[in-house]
Amino acid sequence: MTSDQLSKVFSALADPTRRDIVARLAVSDATVGQLAEPYDVSVQAVSKHLRVLEDSGLVSRSRDAQRRPCHLEAEVFDLMTKWIDRYRERAEERYARIDAVLAELDDETETEQGAAS
Amino acid sequence: MTTKTINQTTIEVDPNLPTIRTVREFDATPDKVYRAFTDPELVAKWLGPREYPVKIDAWDARTGGNYRYSGKNAGQDEPGFYGSFHELRENERIVQTFSYDGIPDGVCLETMTFTELPGGRTQLVSLSVLDSIEGRDGLVASGMETGVVEGYDQLDGLLTSR
Repeated sequence: MTSDQLSKVFSALADPTRRDIVARLAVSDATVGQLAEPYDVSVQAVSKHLRVLEDSGLVSRSRDAQRRPCHLEAEVFDLMTKWIDRYRERAEERYARIDAVLAELDDETETEQGAAS
Repeated sequence: MTTKTINQTTIEVDPNLPTIRTVREFDATPDKVYRAFTDPELVAKWLGPREYPVKIDAWDARTGGNYRYSGKNAGQDEPGFYGSFHELRENERIVQTFSYDGIPDGVCLETMTFTELPGGRTQLVSLSVLDSIEGRDGLVASGMETGVVEGYDQLDGLLTSR
């Protein structure tokens, strides 16, 4: 269930138009018509992208207001940033282990030189 | 005031490209850093986290060679990691593929470039290229059990609270 939701977020963001919509909604809420304006596609096509984004939980739309502006659920989007940061931390941990291996190499070299002199 | 911050890893995850790029400096010359990436005895020391040591099953570090490793405590049928060494250019560059048994169709191309810096230091730029943005995002979220579980929980909360 949860991994299904996660993959929905990932696949929703895999499309360039949807990433663009997310980037624009990060600035401010917008209606479907406003979102469709800069694209050379129909309002229906944009609506379709919005349904995918809504389904993933990235975007919500108010039910009552007539204009039904789209709203970016920033917390869901922030999760991606969090994962990237964790990936970085994991890479850093791995590189720090290499630091330790390199320090050992230095000791070996010094010992060898010490023995030779 | 520690010197630790000098060697911090930076990461770039481009929203429009299926890549992960990390940059890190080391307090050692390129030949040593290169050795740490190619000598299987040294690789075994750092490849896996302390709580998840790895067993290197194959390590033929030459252009056209291959490698394979898996969890030390894993059973015979446990998934492991494997790839080919596409090109090894001594002390300069390593190009290799990376795959996980658990995702048979997924392959990542990794290019590591070692650049000499003043003071006997080395800059390592590591570029991973996946076959889709989705695959890249999957790799970013993978292997971080605690992180991902935490993420799932938060996502769960967000998705059910509406």
